[in-house]
Amino acid sequence: MTAYFLQRLIQSIAVLLAVSVVVFFAVYGIGDPIELLVPPQASAAERLALIKRLGLDQPVWHQYFTFLGNALSGNLGTSFVHGVPVVSLILGRLPATLELVLLSMITAAVVSVPLGLYAGLNPDSRPARFIMAGTVIGFSLPSFWKGMMLVLLFSVWLGWLPTAGRGETVAFLGLQTSLFTWDGLEHLILPTLNLAIPNTVLMVRLIAAGASEATTQDYVKFARAKGIPRRRIVNRHILRNILIPVVTVVGIEFGSLVAFSTITETVFSWPGMGKLLIDSIYQLDRPVVVAYVMLTTLLFVGVNLIVDVLYAALDPRVKLSGGMT
Amino acid sequence: MTGLLDVRGLRTVFHAPEGAWAAVDGVDLTIGRGEVLCLVGESGSGKSVTGFSIVRLIDPPGEIVEGEILFDGADLRRASQEDLRALRGNRIAMVFQDPLSTLNPVLTIGEQMAEAITAHRSCSKAQITEESVRALARVGIPSPEVRLRQYPHEFSGGMRQRVAIAIALLNSPDLIIADEPTTALDVTIQSQILYEVQKLARETGTAILWITHDLAIVAELADRVAVMYAGQIVESGPADDVLDRPRHPYTLGLLKSSTGTVQPGERLHQIDGNAPRIDARPSGCPFRTRCDRVVAVCAEVYPARQQAGEQIFRCHNPVTSASVTSGEDLP
Ligand SMILES: Nc1ncnc2c1ncn2[C@@H]1O[C@H](COP(=O)(O)OP(=O)(O)O)[C@@H](O)[C@H]1O
Ligand code: SF4
Ligand SMILES: [Mg+2]
Repeated sequence: MTAYFLQRLIQSIAVLLAVSVVVFFAVYGIGDPIELLVPPQASAAERLALIKRLGLDQPVWHQYFTFLGNALSGNLGTSFVHGVPVVSLILGRLPATLELVLLSMITAAVVSVPLGLYAGLNPDSRPARFIMAGTVIGFSLPSFWKGMMLVLLFSVWLGWLPTAGRGETVAFLGLQTSLFTWDGLEHLILPTLNLAIPNTVLMVRLIAAGASEATTQDYVKFARAKGIPRRRIVNRHILRNILIPVVTVVGIEFGSLVAFSTITETVFSWPGMGKLLIDSIYQLDRPVVVAYVMLTTLLFVGVNLIVDVLYAALDPRVKLSGGMT
Repeated sequence: MTGLLDVRGLRTVFHAPEGAWAAVDGVDLTIGRGEVLCLVGESGSGKSVTGFSIVRLIDPPGEIVEGEILFDGADLRRASQEDLRALRGNRIAMVFQDPLSTLNPVLTIGEQMAEAITAHRSCSKAQITEESVRALARVGIPSPEVRLRQYPHEFSGGMRQRVAIAIALLNSPDLIIADEPTTALDVTIQSQILYEVQKLARETGTAILWITHDLAIVAELADRVAVMYAGQIVESGPADDVLDRPRHPYTLGLLKSSTGTVQPGERLHQIDGNAPRIDARPSGCPFRTRCDRVVAVCAEVYPARQQAGEQIFRCHNPVTSASVTSGEDLP
């Protein structure tokens, strides 16, 4: 167990280092932020002073090692545009994104488990065909288009829900959240739906495939031969086996939602991390972009580790040992 | 004659686009209380389908289309789903062929035993543990208390099959249907398990339908034997009679190819050819394509049921033996 975690730790550090090099040099190859940052009427001296202050006069590799050195002490740099440390800038946007992502993952799970089980256990029934056809549509529509259609339908035509923004927020455990005000919840519904649809669809298909495969397994037939009631066979024997792939997907999807809910946040002007990333790319705010990628990498590494541990908890055959890759 | 289980004219088909093919085609079986009946035949002859039909565990595209399954006087073909559920694992238990796949890999042995009890009667936790431990001990599993908390992958194949047998024993069933339970195991473990099952059946008065393709097992275990070919019972009777004086050429072929009957150095006999596929069964006697005693009538007329003593067989040109009373044709 200890050997396993040590091995994973070393792997993680290597991944982070590699990502930092790639991202740092890639971002520094694109555009010149000075053109965007310096007011047109500024003098040459002011311009030079700014370049020096931002450290842009140094060679790239020098800038990289400065960045790396600072990063080791937890300082990922200061935003060119906002003038505040990027970590607090990004983390400040985290609660908005997290609440969106968590709510959409929960929605996806709550909806997809019964639908997927039903479709997998009664594959020839009419509702099952309907569900599976729905997943194909859900899969193939692009996120921004779905988002705009939701806005068009529920906000513009029906006028039921607001089009954009986070609505009224209240503090909860020191964080601002939309979860506890009516206005906030109304604002949450559409972006949550938009973010939940692809995952719901994916999980329905996974669960349906898993369930229909499980029903043909000997252990299910043996359970039936033991006289175990159908409910228990489904909830305990079948669901328990399907959970393993589902947990993996949920983990991976959770990471990518937090990191890349960009489209949904942009469509719904949701002030989360994704929107910050897009804005920063437009403004060539290099430190924010680099730090963003570093933090999401860290997130993925962490989520992967959690998934592995859950795996071992769900599947008794999996042992966390140093030899596992 | 009525026994604990009386199967009459059972016909189970599998539906395919081209039609319905009978995997089990007019099977009669009788098992008395506490009796061990071996159902023997090559792979594909319909033994498993017969076993699953008895407890009505046949899923589409399969369907039981004819016959009666009288268990303790009641026809299981007319039983409701809930009645069947209450019966399975309780009065009729099953053991499957592949011990590696019959236990759920993500649930502990203890849980899989406990649920088999609570599906049929309410029981305190302590009582469940006690009964499970006792059942595991009975099939020869050491330190059962520890084993209850383990998962299937922590057991060898032979141990897993013992667990499956222990589960089958939990509710003291009247009948155990064991579908080639030792086929996947090596010979020593096989004979240990055979010995133990035989002992348990005697002790508890449980009847056993033991499905196998190996006549050597029949000699060791069976009170009576039924030989199956192409979905039909071609010969049945007391094990001693059938093994000593087989009347059907197929039974004789099986005997000659059985490991138990060859002397060291002698070549193992094989019946020529393969069993016909379910969708290509010959007319008349289904065995005629492989039979070395075939006569003209075999292709045209399905052989009637004949009886000699307690032995029943279907053949136009049975293997002769001095002790055979002349074939009285039964309807
Ligand atoms: N699920 C199924 N679908 C279609 N045909 C089946 C199925 N199960 C069994 N059969 C048919 O029934 C025949 C008898 O099968 P089975 O009872 O398993 O034979 P045995 O147990 O004697 O080896 C097989 O040859 C096969 O053609
Ligand atoms: S009926 Fe004819 S073909 Fe069939 S087993 Fe007897 S002799 Fe052989
Ligand atoms: Mg079989």
